[in-house]
Amino acid sequence: MEDLLIFLQQLINGISLGSIYALIALGYTMVYGIIKLINFAHGDIYMVGAYVGFFAITKLNMSFIPALLTSMVLCSILGIIIERMAYKPLRNATRIAALITAIGVSLLLEYGGMLIVTPQPRAFPEVFPQTKISFFEGKVYMTNQQLVIFAVTLILMVLLQFIVYKTKTGKAMRAVSFDKDAALLMGININNTISATFAIGSALAAAAGVLVGIYYTSISPLMGIIPGLKAFVAAVLGGIGIIPGAVVGGFLMGIIEALVSGYGASTWRDAVAFGILILILIIKPSGIFGANIREKV
Amino acid sequence: MKLSKKVALILVLAFLVTIAGGCGGSKPAPAPAPAPAPEKPKEILIGANFELSGNVATFGISAVNAIEMAFAEINAGGGVNGIPLKLVKVDNKSDTGEATNVATKLITQDKVVALLGPVTSTNVLGAVPVATQYKVPLITPTGTNPKITVDDSGKTREWAFRTCFIDPFQGFVGANFAINTLKAKTAAIFIEKNSDYAKGLAEVFEKTFTEKGGKIVAKEYFVTEDKDFRATLTKIKAANPDVLYVPSYYEQDGLIAKQARELGYTKPIVGADGWDSEKLLQIAGAKALQEVYFTNHYSPQDTDPKLVKFVENYKAKYGSVPDALAALGYDAAYILADAIKRAGAPEPAKIKDALAATKGFVGVTGSVSIDDKHNPVKGAVIITFDKDGKQIFKEKVNP
Repeated sequence: MEDLLIFLQQLINGISLGSIYALIALGYTMVYGIIKLINFAHGDIYMVGAYVGFFAITKLNMSFIPALLTSMVLCSILGIIIERMAYKPLRNATRIAALITAIGVSLLLEYGGMLIVTPQPRAFPEVFPQTKISFFEGKVYMTNQQLVIFAVTLILMVLLQFIVYKTKTGKAMRAVSFDKDAALLMGININNTISATFAIGSALAAAAGVLVGIYYTSISPLMGIIPGLKAFVAAVLGGIGIIPGAVVGGFLMGIIEALVSGYGASTWRDAVAFGILILILIIKPSGIFGANIREKV
Repeated sequence: MKLSKKVALILVLAFLVTIAGGCGGSKPAPAPAPAPAPEKPKEILIGANFELSGNVATFGISAVNAIEMAFAEINAGGGVNGIPLKLVKVDNKSDTGEATNVATKLITQDKVVALLGPVTSTNVLGAVPVATQYKVPLITPTGTNPKITVDDSGKTREWAFRTCFIDPFQGFVGANFAINTLKAKTAAIFIEKNSDYAKGLAEVFEKTFTEKGGKIVAKEYFVTEDKDFRATLTKIKAANPDVLYVPSYYEQDGLIAKQARELGYTKPIVGADGWDSEKLLQIAGAKALQEVYFTNHYSPQDTDPKLVKFVENYKAKYGSVPDALAALGYDAAYILADAIKRAGAPEPAKIKDALAATKGFVGVTGSVSIDDKHNPVKGAVIITFDKDGKQIFKEKVNP
């Protein structure tokens, strides 16, 4: 019984960690799905989102929801600017050139951020008070923040599915993803569609940033690197380009990490997580949800 | 290899300084007075090599403020053996190379008889070779790295001293506190794997705790970049330790305390001086800091009359409560003055011998005796938190 409760606690730990990976992975997977670019700057937009939220709350005295929305709006604008300035000129260049540019943008945001907000970590204010929920006579614990993050992740996933499959913009996105030139011939404005993709992806990252700020209470300019990488792994794990895949991949990563630290050795955690990525890529290169499409030769 | 590089660097610097000095000499300015008869010198020059700008500027400024205050007090009381002390203050910009340059300048150009500072271990290590080369004693108020006073082969560095305890000592104090005051029989240690500071403290804690009959029931690791410790903390909680030892810096410490409490761990958490930051409360929240104790150099709430007076004077002069760096700087200044007094003459070699012979000097951070490794044997304080998360003085531990 005792062991079962510990396992349950580890599962909760894993899911709450996984929610964050999933939230970031959604943005990765969307951008990749449309323009086949691994946007390495995504993790750093998440950082910018956390800082915008921080300043909105501390300097402008906003409450949680307005701060979250401000952060999402500003980051979607940032996403569009990055796309227009850094990626658009390279749209017909090789994919490796675009990838390297993405890494460059990522470094620019990290160290530019350091210059502006100083490298010292900042303490995120507690905008909604934390309450602890305990089960089984205080053997298993959960907080309301964990529930909020979990709920927000699921809501955003559903919303994203809706946008992509039920709206005109979504239809345009899918068309661009399928065949850019044909979409152009059908009268779809490719530039606007890609911008919309970046705007939505960056808004998701910003939401994740603010939630993480509240959850971990500490933010710093390099906070996006590790979660960004893990979320990327999660997106690949679930099948990159597939929206539910990113969420499932995120949860899986979180749970695997929690179980490895909880039952194996805490130092092995990242090795195992990335080991799984390699394994998945060997066995099923397109990820868990990915269809096995043979590329035409 | 590393050492020889450093030596080479110093030689080059020394060479440059000699040239610079030569140029200066040809100008009329500081006329190299033909050694006046060994009369009583007008003042005793002490070099201050501190971080007055750069990333640890607040540390350096605190220490220098307190040193200036100490010197003013000493001079108001007639100086040392009737000669006033004069502080020559130079900024090393929180940079190790600059700390080396400043030490060279202070010794060769300003002709100081002793050096105070820098505050951080790395910068002190940059200045120690210069002090050794020119045979001038150096005292760091706060450099905690054991290597500052002992070289790689285990030999004591003749000219380097410190007035704070070294890192491992805190592990020792923490373990004794856990056993004696908290009556802990079992402990868990949570170690930052890529921090020498944390590893050093954890090692001594474990050794002391087991020697005193305690048992380590869990030993887990994390890396600096980690933010989510819940999985490992769940594992630690399941091992049911009486006390959790976390010797890291405040960002991780705060997150660990917060998450441990969220998971229902209510027993004491013990840490070290890395917990001492205003940010800690913002990160962890007051609720998570209940039953948290950490070892530190000093507490401004200590009721020792000497300390109370120091805190009052410092507040009156600089408008803020002195931190540990200020208290240690203040003691370093007095220990140096005491040594110069006992040396009889303000000559570097005599001051060094007197410093090494310091016994039972009573300062604001406790009683200090310098041991044969040039480390002070002194007490530590245990600090805990009240309901609002404000630091409160718990007890004083003497070695």
